[in-house]
Amino acid sequence: MKKVLITIMLALAPVMTFAAGGSGAKLDHAKVDLSDQASLQNGAKIFVNYCLSCHSASYMRYNRMARDIGLTEAQLAEYMGFITDDKGKFKSGALMKATISDDAAKAAFNTVPPDLTVTSRSRGADWFYTYMRSFYRDEKTPSGWNNVVFPNVAMPHVLWSWQGTNRAVFKTDDKGIKHFEGFEVITPGSMTEKEFDNSMRDLTAFMVYMGEPARLVRFQLGIYVLIFLAFFGVFAYLLKKNYWKDVH
Amino acid sequence: MQKLINWIDERFPLIETFEYHMSKYYAPKNFNFWYYFGVLSIVVLVIQIVTGIFLTMHYKPDTGLAFASVEYIMRDVEWGWLIRYMHSTGASLFFVVVYLHMYRGVIYGSYRKPRELLWIIGVIIFIALMAEAFMGYLLPWGNMSYWGAQVIISLFDAIPLVGPVLAEWVRGDFVVSDATLNRFFAFHVIALPLVLIVLVFLHIVALHAVGSNNPDGIEIKKNKDANGIPKDGIAFHPYYTVKDIVGVIVFLMVFSAIMFFAPEMGGLFLEHDNFNPANILQTPPEIVPLWYFTPYYSILRATTASFLPILTGAVFLVALLAILDTRNTMKRMVYAGIAVVLAFGLLSGVLEAKVWGVILMGASLVVLFFMSWLDKSPVKSIRYRGWIYKLALTLFIISFFLLGYLGMKPASGLNVILAQGGTVVYFLFFFLMPFYTKWDKTKPVPERVTS
Repeated sequence: MKKVLITIMLALAPVMTFAAGGSGAKLDHAKVDLSDQASLQNGAKIFVNYCLSCHSASYMRYNRMARDIGLTEAQLAEYMGFITDDKGKFKSGALMKATISDDAAKAAFNTVPPDLTVTSRSRGADWFYTYMRSFYRDEKTPSGWNNVVFPNVAMPHVLWSWQGTNRAVFKTDDKGIKHFEGFEVITPGSMTEKEFDNSMRDLTAFMVYMGEPARLVRFQLGIYVLIFLAFFGVFAYLLKKNYWKDVH
Repeated sequence: MQKLINWIDERFPLIETFEYHMSKYYAPKNFNFWYYFGVLSIVVLVIQIVTGIFLTMHYKPDTGLAFASVEYIMRDVEWGWLIRYMHSTGASLFFVVVYLHMYRGVIYGSYRKPRELLWIIGVIIFIALMAEAFMGYLLPWGNMSYWGAQVIISLFDAIPLVGPVLAEWVRGDFVVSDATLNRFFAFHVIALPLVLIVLVFLHIVALHAVGSNNPDGIEIKKNKDANGIPKDGIAFHPYYTVKDIVGVIVFLMVFSAIMFFAPEMGGLFLEHDNFNPANILQTPPEIVPLWYFTPYYSILRATTASFLPILTGAVFLVALLAILDTRNTMKRMVYAGIAVVLAFGLLSGVLEAKVWGVILMGASLVVLFFMSWLDKSPVKSIRYRGWIYKLALTLFIISFFLLGYLGMKPASGLNVILAQGGTVVYFLFFFLMPFYTKWDKTKPVPERVTS
C-alpha cells in the first residue's frame, strides 16, 4: 500500500506545484474559445488595425495567420493589400512587422514597444485580457494614461474611443498601501462595457492563437495518438500475457 | 537467411552477442513496476537524439537569431512544433525516469556489492545528463535561459583565486554571450551526447556482467540448475522484451498526454519567462532553474552565514558517532582531525558562505558515489530492512521534495529555514547511513525470490 502511495506521489510530483505569478492585481478570466473562427478573425482585425501600428509580431507570417483563421489568399490581399515587398508587389508571406520604426517609437514613447508574438505565453491570456481593460486617466504620466495591471506603462489607451475614459479609485489603508477599488466612468465610449469586453476577448483569443498556432491542432491530434497507443497497448499486453504463461 | 547469418557470424560475433545480452541473459523473474525505468531512460535518450537532430537542422546558435529560430520551428517548419515539444517534454521526462530509476536502485540496494561500479557509472550518467540539460536550456535564448546560465556559471566565481578566471573561461566572455551560446550548442549537440552514449553502453556492459538485482535483493546466480541457468532467472528476450513493450506504451501515453495537452506543464517544463527573448538589461523577477535542478539549487541558496554553525554541529555529530563506532585509535584521530578541519573552515570565515553553498551543492551529488560503502546493512532490499532505515528513507524523500519545491520559491524568511532543515536531512541520510543501517533490525532474507 505504501509502495503504491509513493508511486502515485512521485508520478504526480510534476503537477502538484504550479508556479504562480503576476503583478498582484486581480485578473479576470479571459475564457477564450479558439474553435470560434469569427472570434479569431475579429481579434486579427483589431490586432492588425490597432496593435500592429506600434507592436510587431515578427515571428508570424500573414499568410499563415490567414490560413489558420479561415481567410483565403484573395481575402488577405483584399484586407491587407498594404503588405508589399521592396518592389511594391503584394507579398502574403511577409512577417508581421510594426508600421512604426524603432527610432520613431523611441521618440514617441521613450521605448520600443515589445514584440507581441509570444506575449500570451509569457504573460498569460488572463493578464492580457485584464490589462487591455484596465487603462485609466492619469495626468501624472507622460501619455496621460495609466494601467492598474501594469503601473506606469508607457503605452497609452489606444482603444479609448471604444471603452471611453475611466478614473481609477484607490483606497489607502492604515499601513499607507494603496488598494485599487474600481473604475468610475468619466466619459462613455462608443461601445457598451459588454461589447468592449467581447472585443478584448476576441483580441485575447487571437493573441493566444498567435503565441502558439499549434494550439489549433494539437489537442485533436493528441486524442488520436492516445487512442492509437491504447489500441496498440491492448495487443502488447495480450502478447506479454501469452509469453509469460509458462513463468511461475 | 541462415547463410547470411553464418557469413556474418564468421566475421562478427552476432549470435554470441545477441545471446549474451538478450536471449541467454537471465534476469530475475520477479521484476516489478520499478524495473521499467531503465528501459524507459533508453527510450527517452533515443527520442532526445532523434528529435535533437531534426531541431539542429533548423535552429541557429546565434544570439541575434536563436530565439526567432525556435519560433520559426514552432510555426514555419512542418511538424516543427511537435518535434520541439517532444524534445522539451522529453528533457523533463528524462529526469523523471532517471530519478525513479535511481530511487529503485536505492530501495532495493542495487548499489551494493557486486554492483558498485554499475552504480558509479550510473551516477556519472546522471551528472552528465545534468550538464546536457543545463547547456540545452541556454539554446532557446529566452530570458530565463540567459539568466539561469548567468547565475550558474557565476558560481565558479565563488572559487577562491582561480574562480573569476575560470568563469570567464567557461563563458568565453565576461558575461553570457554569443561565444557562450556557440560553445554550449557544441557541447549540447555533440560532446555530451557522445559521452552519454558511451556511458550508457558501459552501464549496460557492467549490468550484464554482474546480473540484475531484484526487489528481494538476493543474488539469483547463487541458485543455478543443472544447465547453469539461475532457477529464478528468465531470458531477457523474449520475456522482458515483450513486457517492456507494454511499459513503453504506457509511458508513451503519459508522454503524449503531456506533450499534446500541457507541454508547458503550467510553467514547470517550459517556463513562462522564457517566452521573452534574452535581455541583458532585464533580470526576471525570480530566477528559477527548471524543476529537476531545484533541490540542488535549494541547497545552494540555503547555505547562508547563519547556517554554518548548524552545519558544524552536524559535522561534530557525525564525527562523534564515527569515533564511538571504532576501537582503532588511529581511525579515531583521523575522524576527529577531519571534524576539526571542517569546523575551522566553516566557522573561521576562510571561505564565504557562498563558497560553502557551492561545495555543498557539489557534495550533494558526489555523496552518491559513496553509497555502496556507506550502507552497512546485511540486507539489500527495503523489504527486509527494519523501521530505522524506512524512517530515514521517508525523511530523505520528504526533504528532497521539500528542497525541490523551495527551489522554485523566493529564498526568504521561513523558506530559507525550511531549506536549511531539508539540507541537513538530505546529508544526514547519507552520512549517518553507516550507523543506522548497522543498528537497524533486519528480517531474514529468503533463499529464492518471492513474487
